[in-house]
Amino acid sequence: MADLRNNFVGIKSPNPFWLASAPPTDKAYNVERAFKAGWGGVVWKTLGEEGPPVVNVNGPRYGAIWGADRRLLGLNNIELITDRDLYTNLREMKQVKMNWPDRALIASIMVPCEEESWKAILPLVEETGADGIELNFGCPHGMSERGMGAAVGQVPEYIEMVVRWCKQYTRMPVITKLTPNITDIRKPARAAKAGGTDAVSLINTINSIVSVDLDSFAPNPTVGGKGTHGGYCGPAVKPIALNMVAEIARDPETYGLPISGIGGVTTWRDAAEFLVLGAGNVQVCTAAMTYGFKIVQEMISGLSDWMDAKGHRSLDDICGRAVPNVTDWQYLDLNYIAKAHIDQDACIKCGRCHIACEDTSHQAITQFVDGVRHFEVMEDECVGCNLCVNVCPVENCITMVGLEPGTLDQRTGKIVDPNYANWTTHPNNPMARQAAE
Amino acid sequence: MGTTQSGIHRGRLAPAEYETNFSDLHPRLDDHEALVAADRCYFCYDAPCMTACPTSIDIPLFIRQISTGNPIGSAKTIFDQNILGGMCARVCPTETLCEQVCVRNTAEHRPVEIGRLQRYATDVAIASNTQFYERAARTGKAIAVVGAGPAGLACAHRLAMAGHDVVIFEAREKAGGLNEYGIATYKAVDDFAQAEVDYVLAIGGIEVKNGLKLGRDFTLSDLTANFDAVFLGMGLSGVNALGAEGENLPGVVDAVDFIAELRQAADKATVPVGRRVVVIGGGMTAIDAAVQAKLLGAEEVTICYRRGKEHMNASEFEQDLAASKGVMIRHWLQPRRVIARDGHVAGIEVEYTEMRDGKLTGTGETGVLAADQIFKAIGQTFEPAGLGSLAMAGGRIAIDAEGRTSIANVWAGGDCVKAGEDLTVTSVAQGRDAADSINRMLAAGAQPAVAVA
Repeated sequence: MADLRNNFVGIKSPNPFWLASAPPTDKAYNVERAFKAGWGGVVWKTLGEEGPPVVNVNGPRYGAIWGADRRLLGLNNIELITDRDLYTNLREMKQVKMNWPDRALIASIMVPCEEESWKAILPLVEETGADGIELNFGCPHGMSERGMGAAVGQVPEYIEMVVRWCKQYTRMPVITKLTPNITDIRKPARAAKAGGTDAVSLINTINSIVSVDLDSFAPNPTVGGKGTHGGYCGPAVKPIALNMVAEIARDPETYGLPISGIGGVTTWRDAAEFLVLGAGNVQVCTAAMTYGFKIVQEMISGLSDWMDAKGHRSLDDICGRAVPNVTDWQYLDLNYIAKAHIDQDACIKCGRCHIACEDTSHQAITQFVDGVRHFEVMEDECVGCNLCVNVCPVENCITMVGLEPGTLDQRTGKIVDPNYANWTTHPNNPMARQAAE
Repeated sequence: MGTTQSGIHRGRLAPAEYETNFSDLHPRLDDHEALVAADRCYFCYDAPCMTACPTSIDIPLFIRQISTGNPIGSAKTIFDQNILGGMCARVCPTETLCEQVCVRNTAEHRPVEIGRLQRYATDVAIASNTQFYERAARTGKAIAVVGAGPAGLACAHRLAMAGHDVVIFEAREKAGGLNEYGIATYKAVDDFAQAEVDYVLAIGGIEVKNGLKLGRDFTLSDLTANFDAVFLGMGLSGVNALGAEGENLPGVVDAVDFIAELRQAADKATVPVGRRVVVIGGGMTAIDAAVQAKLLGAEEVTICYRRGKEHMNASEFEQDLAASKGVMIRHWLQPRRVIARDGHVAGIEVEYTEMRDGKLTGTGETGVLAADQIFKAIGQTFEPAGLGSLAMAGGRIAIDAEGRTSIANVWAGGDCVKAGEDLTVTSVAQGRDAADSINRMLAAGAQPAVAVA
């Protein structure tokens, strides 16, 4: 059995699956259920400062996009931070932590960008016995209009400043949660590191209008005839999150900074992808909100069984393993040449590879061979783009096969060069020419 | 409680049983079911289903329109190719046409439910009486159509669209042809055939004259003299004889008459049926008669077919349907003699058959099946009447690829021609294509070449 125990900036949990700060972690009732189901940790729904709590809209808070059979692919929300009294939350957090000492319990915090506000709340949180804090610099809606959440996360100087306050006023580990609503995710990560953060977590939700009601001409979710942009999450955002995690993991300035990976984790595979791209653990929300807490059982067994099958004994064996293989485009090997290959036994003859290639790419897949409907790659036209693989409804029916060095590329008429060569030295690259001159 | 008496009797079942037995075989998919079914379509390119459809409906497109919540647009895609797409969705043997070649069969041995999706979309449009077609400006041309069945209706609709005036001459009381008289009751419930006729005729410019039969009330030359063009879309009015002694006894019935009687009966309990029924034949008509005899309360229904299972014209699906309703299908048996008692059918003597030197031959071994009622379903024939010198081929009207006959300005299609399979959808395609050919001729203002000399 693979060892799934997780140690994230000194915070221990029996597995790397945490619930992200969100509706599923808003109160003891839910968190107790989550721990019973097997979740390794939770980041409690974001606390605000003392006083009357925020209020939420009383109409719909969520919108969604769906795939076939109404499978939820993306969720969007306009909910704010916890709308319960600060002390109610603190009391429940303390009780839950006492009940579940082996699980991680993190407090997410969002208070005004003033030193006194942070200084006031941190001792209250510390008193609960929470294992750490997460600074919510991510919420893109509502709170950001009040100068909090993403409004802070979009200004690296503010991030650094607030992190510094937190490190000054608490002994608890500080995890800085980043907003993806920014041009270059490395900038806020560097700022958080400069401020002394113990880790970053990302991504928070993405600014979005998930759909528009075509009868009322208003964005969904529609509240009293109007809508606003919300935070987008769920399977659809995973690719964006993976890239941002990888960018921080491979940035020389933040290299080694612990990352809690968030964004569309739905299955053990998603989690494993975050881990190998440099995340130390993962946080999950939408999948739980779609299917309930039980999904963690699939995640635990899936990750464990995969690790067993591949001989990985602990999370340390896999974390960050893919980071060295993430590079810039300019360093990709231009002498690597692949061609699509269609397994005729697996082909169901839907013709989608043909029409995708014919209409939109390189005219490299037949429609007829000897007058019979038959789909076959013409290697002298195939540029190896992989579009056919992606549109084929049958898994592993079309595969990309790399040409062996020394063989003929029928498209270019050239022999495949065994040597690595990239754009930086390519004769068509004006920069490369300048360097040579 | 009905009756189990021997002989041919009505009211064999309790009233509620009739309602259950003759309800919709495949009820319309609801919105959710349609979305789930539509999601399975891969939107194939050059889709095999489309190629397999005799009317070439753009199936991937109409299914995609359903999946995006646009059943009305979907219906138009269907009707553009097949104005009787509603009935075809009910009666097409999809398992040997579009659904047989669905790529999902290769993927997971279960095709997209194309027929049921087509019904979903067309039902939405017909129920809301959404009309997609308007007549072009009147051309002043008049065209006679003989027969208000699938071929005639499809032809008339296309011609009306082009602005011509169409008169349909129909021998029977109602329009619809086999859709009205020849389809099993549970495939077209709620008087759908007439609803569809009304939907088709709503375009205007089509007059249906009922009770006028070619050869009895008028001749082809009457039509050619008075109309700019003629389309012949008659069905098969003749029924093959058994060629067995005693086939004129009371209790020996043409299956097509039984099917028609049942369709026209408002109360199915009024249709009598034998306690033991034998159906002779191996096609769809045999299955429809046998299944419905069973549903009317016959205790024992046996289909006797003179060849093997693999030779039956009835599709695999239809054979399974019959089996599921308790019909026994027996192969390699041919009728020899109807046995009478007190002037009524009491049984049928049958002889085993075999293929010998490529020829079907009786083996000499005979046996007797007890029966109160025998249905003949061994094929129908075209009975030419009033056609003058019109050229025939294989007992039916000869046509060329465009549906033109040997006489100028006369086209033909449907069961009365020898081309394609005897399916509703084939008839629709032939009627539609003949209309296009007529349009081309009228537009050119030229005399057509005589196709079959």
